[in-house]
Amino acid sequence: MTWDYAPAPESRAVVTIAGEYGLFVDGEFGPAADGRQFPTVNPATEETLAQVALAGQADVDRAVAAARAAHQDAWGPMPGAERAKYLYRIARVLQERAREFAVLESLDNGKPVRESRDVDVPLAAAHFFYYAGWADKLEYAGLGPAPRPLGVAGQVIPWNFPLLMAAWKLAPALAAGNTCVLKPAETTPLTALLLAEVCQQADLPPGVVNVLTGAGDTGAALVSHPGVDKVAFTGSTDVGKEISRALAGTGRRLTLELGGKGANIVFDDAPADQAVEGIVNGIFFNQGHVCCAGSRLLVQESVADTVVDRLKERLATLRLGDPLDKNTDIGAINSREQLDKISALSAAGDAEGAERWSPPCPLPARGFWFPPTVFTGVSQSYRIAREEIFGPVLSVLTFRTPEEAVTKANNTPYGLSAGVWTEKGSRILWMAQRLRAGVIWANTYNRFDPASPFGGYRESGFGREGGRHGLAAYLDA
Amino acid sequence: MPDRAGPRRPARARRPPRAAAAAPAGPAGGRAPAPPRLGVRKTYKLFIGGAFPRSESGRSYPVTGADGTLLAHAARASRKDARDAVTAARAAFAAWSGATAYNRGQVLYRVAELLDGRAAQFTETSVRNEGLSAAEADRAVAAAIDRWVWYAGWPDKIAQVAGAANPVAGPYFNFSVPEPAGVVAVVAPAGSGLLGLVSVLAPVIASGNTAVVVASEAYPLAAVTLAEVLATSDVPAGVVNVLTGLAAELAPVLAGHMDVNAIDLTGVGVSGRGELERLAAGNVKRVFAADEDWAAPPGPRRMLAFTEIKTVWHPVGI
Repeated sequence: MTWDYAPAPESRAVVTIAGEYGLFVDGEFGPAADGRQFPTVNPATEETLAQVALAGQADVDRAVAAARAAHQDAWGPMPGAERAKYLYRIARVLQERAREFAVLESLDNGKPVRESRDVDVPLAAAHFFYYAGWADKLEYAGLGPAPRPLGVAGQVIPWNFPLLMAAWKLAPALAAGNTCVLKPAETTPLTALLLAEVCQQADLPPGVVNVLTGAGDTGAALVSHPGVDKVAFTGSTDVGKEISRALAGTGRRLTLELGGKGANIVFDDAPADQAVEGIVNGIFFNQGHVCCAGSRLLVQESVADTVVDRLKERLATLRLGDPLDKNTDIGAINSREQLDKISALSAAGDAEGAERWSPPCPLPARGFWFPPTVFTGVSQSYRIAREEIFGPVLSVLTFRTPEEAVTKANNTPYGLSAGVWTEKGSRILWMAQRLRAGVIWANTYNRFDPASPFGGYRESGFGREGGRHGLAAYLDA
Repeated sequence: MPDRAGPRRPARARRPPRAAAAAPAGPAGGRAPAPPRLGVRKTYKLFIGGAFPRSESGRSYPVTGADGTLLAHAARASRKDARDAVTAARAAFAAWSGATAYNRGQVLYRVAELLDGRAAQFTETSVRNEGLSAAEADRAVAAAIDRWVWYAGWPDKIAQVAGAANPVAGPYFNFSVPEPAGVVAVVAPAGSGLLGLVSVLAPVIASGNTAVVVASEAYPLAAVTLAEVLATSDVPAGVVNVLTGLAAELAPVLAGHMDVNAIDLTGVGVSGRGELERLAAGNVKRVFAADEDWAAPPGPRRMLAFTEIKTVWHPVGI
């Protein structure tokens, strides 16, 4: 007898999607100066959700000017205690409209509503809450007795956690007294625009937050704008390097949160079931569209067969499909472009000699989908062990000694995250000392908290988001 | 608007004669004008374990306005009430201190939201009880609400400011975190009904302690109204317990109580602190007292005064 899940779709009716969306500049929504628009689609159905304004140079100029004026006239001179109360208001409205945000995020991004509802949206609200509390306590952040805001922040965010990344960027910047021009990703603009509406509802002074939707050219115009004092970028390492070059010599401040190739290291004494759950969460959370994903499984040779077998058993139970179904584990790939990239890198894994496995997993006829995939027999030189796939694809490698695990884990130009699974506390800390990565998860993976700093070593970028340390990126101390 | 003043308030007392004078015709002239509505007064009681009992002793004491008019008969808490309050605070400690810092911050922020909704009532109480001008009372109440917001932001930051990873000379990971001391007794400042009270109470519970507060003896009305706010917020019962009465009677009971971990004697005059400190030594209480300008921005010292630093050693090795 087989037991199946009944459909459990979250209601789409909780959110109203307009046919068209404008840019949010100086407290008002309006079209791009040249009237251009682009569509945003639901990646699970390829249905066009809305037409969104495409910001050009003139719009960037206007938004930066609005942010500058707001910084000089309103937000900069405002006491921290008053800034705090605005941020608390935003946090509260986010909590109140949480379900709306979750459904909109899943529609625009393709991620399971279980994740947008339980992770993205509550964490976004928590970030505003946490940094609201810093706005009137900056002198206690350990950065100096009288830290000052930098001015206007230009912030470019990715499509994998659209609302959460907006919160990670805006909350610390605003708490520190900066004003912001935020450029959400081309494929996921809608929740940032809803957040702009929340800013209106909180009576945030015009120009303190501006949202410019658009594509790569919009982002390039923003980060290279001479009126921007600080640039914060989350996205690919290639674009991060371009931004670094564009800002070289300007003296403008920059933080980068870039790619990763996280190693998830499982020792022979690790509790196997927990480790398997952690491996699944590490690489299949959010379809693997996670810069800190545990995309390389390093498993101790003596337990490799057992762990991989159990992992495959577990993967066979994952449910792929409608992101709005509350039982869905794996949603849609965010775009055709990303699906092509995942497919190409996986094909390279085949060509280089790794063994590909996926559970039996029918894919919907429309939309962008990729089944959970495990490559075994992967060598360190393979592209699937070196390059960020940013999809639900796990590469399995083995090791014999802790030293070998460290060497292999650090054998990457990245350094964002790593996981360690072992019952031995001293070994966790020994490993953590040696792993060259900004976040180490021990017997857990992909945990995030506003109080916890996040960011990378080496080519995963520099600067930290979250925690007391996250304020440093937005203060002159 | 809660608790409109009683008949002893001069303006209200004058009203009935005026109303009578305005109706000269009486029944013969047609309809008599409706008599002015009589206010419903509030009974000011204690706040212990989330409930509002009177003092078990049955005692009360008169609370008067700046002009000497009687405002209320507040409960005069007894030794037994103080002990009951400590029991309630102890019972609430495990859950409150064990809640996540984020949760405690959310709960405290919610209190600020409710305080804001009661601002007019607090202002009126300050005017009547403390004799502040309306503008002074407005400022004090606004400062009290903003101070509560300030402290609401601290629970998930205090460990980041006061904790440390300690670079010991050996293969150990060593870190220190502040933890709440436990049940803290607070003698609230005598001269500031709401702002002074908030300034000493909020830091105690923001850092995860539970509190037994002795309200200002002369200005207890705001404290009871604050208790009503706490009772309808998400603050669990027993986290804050409010006693009204005579500080000289209650402070020694709390200072000598063996299940109180720390005491804030700010509301006790300097000359009275020595004897209470001697009592507090009986179970090695942490004692804190600092006379402050309540209008000035506070630092984190009141929170840190009621925390213990815990240090953890863990070996590092394969």
